[in-house]
Amino acid sequence: MARVYDKPQTTGEALTHVAATPVRVLFRLLDYPMSAIQRLLGIGGMPWLFLLPNLVFFGMFVVIPLFLNFAYSLTGGTALFLSDRPFVEGEQYGFLFDCENYADPLSCREDRFWKGIFNTAIFIFFQVSFMVLFSLITALVLNREIRGRGFWRAVFFFPVLLSPVVVALIWKWILLRDGILNAFLVSIGLERILFFVSPDWAMFWAVFVSIWAHMGFYMLILLAGLQAIQPDLYEAAEMDGTSKERVFFRITLPLLWPNMLVVIVLALIKGVQVFDEVYVLTGGGPGTATQFIVQYIYNTAFTNQVQNFGLASAASMVLGGVLFVLTLTQLAATRRRDNA
Amino acid sequence: MKTSYKLLAASSLFALAAGSAAAQTELRMMWYNDGIEGEVMQSLLDGFHQAHPDINVTLDVVPYQMVLESLPIQLAAGNGPDIARVTDLGGLSQYYLDLRPHVQNPEYWETNFGPFLSWLDPDGDAINGFMTQLTVTGPYVNRTLFEQAGIDMPGAGATWDDWATAVNAVAKALDIPIPMAWDRSGHRVAGPAISQGAMMFDAEGAPALVDDGLKRMAQMLYDWHQDGTMSKELWGSVSGSTYLGANEDFANANVVMYMSGSWQIPQFTSTIGDAFDWWAVPAPCGASACTGMPGGAALVAIGDTEHPKEVGILMDYLAQEEVLAEFYGRTLFIPGHLGLASSGIDFATDDPRAAHALSTFAAAVPTISPTAFQLQGYPSNRVLFNALISRLNEAIVGELTLEDAFARMEEDVANQLAESGR
Repeated sequence: MARVYDKPQTTGEALTHVAATPVRVLFRLLDYPMSAIQRLLGIGGMPWLFLLPNLVFFGMFVVIPLFLNFAYSLTGGTALFLSDRPFVEGEQYGFLFDCENYADPLSCREDRFWKGIFNTAIFIFFQVSFMVLFSLITALVLNREIRGRGFWRAVFFFPVLLSPVVVALIWKWILLRDGILNAFLVSIGLERILFFVSPDWAMFWAVFVSIWAHMGFYMLILLAGLQAIQPDLYEAAEMDGTSKERVFFRITLPLLWPNMLVVIVLALIKGVQVFDEVYVLTGGGPGTATQFIVQYIYNTAFTNQVQNFGLASAASMVLGGVLFVLTLTQLAATRRRDNA
Repeated sequence: MKTSYKLLAASSLFALAAGSAAAQTELRMMWYNDGIEGEVMQSLLDGFHQAHPDINVTLDVVPYQMVLESLPIQLAAGNGPDIARVTDLGGLSQYYLDLRPHVQNPEYWETNFGPFLSWLDPDGDAINGFMTQLTVTGPYVNRTLFEQAGIDMPGAGATWDDWATAVNAVAKALDIPIPMAWDRSGHRVAGPAISQGAMMFDAEGAPALVDDGLKRMAQMLYDWHQDGTMSKELWGSVSGSTYLGANEDFANANVVMYMSGSWQIPQFTSTIGDAFDWWAVPAPCGASACTGMPGGAALVAIGDTEHPKEVGILMDYLAQEEVLAEFYGRTLFIPGHLGLASSGIDFATDDPRAAHALSTFAAAVPTISPTAFQLQGYPSNRVLFNALISRLNEAIVGELTLEDAFARMEEDVANQLAESGR
């Protein structure tokens, strides 16, 4: 059987034939070494060959640093190189977990680590709850036939494209004593509010800004889920005269649930890792009210004159453990969604 | 023949270019700016390059935070610059280059920079660099606000309490949001603490942060944050040892009295100018003294440099009396060169406020307490400073009681010194 490019029938085909020549030559050149490699590795070994570049990068930038981090967590002192650091076994972990009462950070020897954990837990609770809720509401609204739907989708997604530092600086300018929000409050006869002096306000704005910055991403995942639901299910429900609430709770939500689960787990993972936005926005203050676990690690390793890499590494291993569990949950959720 | 001629010309040009590239030594200088000193240093380096065309110096201007946090790691990794401007003078001494074999006249350095060389090398007699500026901490007041309120400024020998009363009266009369502000920095707090009787070290010379003097100062600062003399916006709005200055609030006339230091003079000259009378006043008194803290920034040579000889040539050039006179004069920095300090600097300003501030801070140097000098020369002083501000801050915002904060300060200092001693 003649191949189509052997005898071009039209001018367009002739041009395509000419344009494809370099690609064909390249493929033929590659064909010989690839065939040789396939003979060497067997057909089952070929996927590993294609994965190799990615695995090399993953190993260099994830696996090796992970082991190095663990090794650092078993050492003390201030020397930078592992070979110069004394081995202290699990002393750093013992220091972190030395508490009289784990529910009271002040009873712990390293109170700031536990304050960081408590603050992160509070942040995650509010941020993830409201993030999922607002993302869902926005996705539901933008899934309807409303005027300027494309524009509104872009508006809600736009903050995702901004750098976290830019996001935090914009909101900082809005919220400062002489910022836009206070100017507005004063203009309508209200008292100025020092948002970054009150722990509650600081936590509120940390959560709010984080939701504002990331909601568009989660909204998009939910929107994709909503659009994947077969319209005939809604038509059938309408023909049966089912109420809108019942349609939402019996059709939309169950069918969207796999996407919701992915959104919840991804938001949890991002929440545990929160640092840059809040660091620029509140600096972790007032006091330690918005100092989260990643900032504790950063401060311990870098901002003190005595840079305690061992303790910071031990805290990162604890954080890594939490993230590992969450990642496994996310993988399980994704698998369930794919199988659904 | 024609081809051979072309080839010969091309290879000669290549050899010339390669030769000049090989002769060119590249040095990197890490620098941060408080004001215009980067521009001044660049012009001095241009002069150096004219005198030494074979040495090219690149001025890497970085944020101050990078000098504090990233430079120590770069130095530990052996990837630092050849020369750096630092403020952690003794803390980084292990990474400095001893310039003694590389400078032309070590005696000149000892004579003119002598007392400050030991800040850079507390345990030895190395020549590591020179002070780009000497600083003294102390307050500025907005004298115009005092005049508008019709309230007299406290005079010489006034205590911190006298000033607190006065600035509160001014703020109340003119509805100024912040009567008093201090930089959020342990170094800034140390002077008033020593004035209140803090000794900072025990009889054996070991660091002992918490004592009755420090407690008096901490209580004073705590009370001022509760009664509104100081706003929690500065001290309370961030965590840990993060530095925050109130210079912008002072420049916007939102602050009556601002505790900072002499390095603000060039900045206030340009940002405030004659918009109002910004006036440096002597350090207020406590129970034991009326002292600020000495300090400053130094330009140091880094031990890992591959070009120690060229670094020595550059440092010799920059440390010359006439070069430094130009640097200090144009930057409005208090000189860290004893010869120039005694002969006087022709400061490039006709602003009477800047001239008054310079003379006020220069006059404060003899009144600085020996404890303040001892603390400044202590290589791990930032451990004390950081413990002080971070824990005091937690007390100010209500997370700890003052007594708990004192206990935590002592634990923090002990833990960090133990870690560094491993």
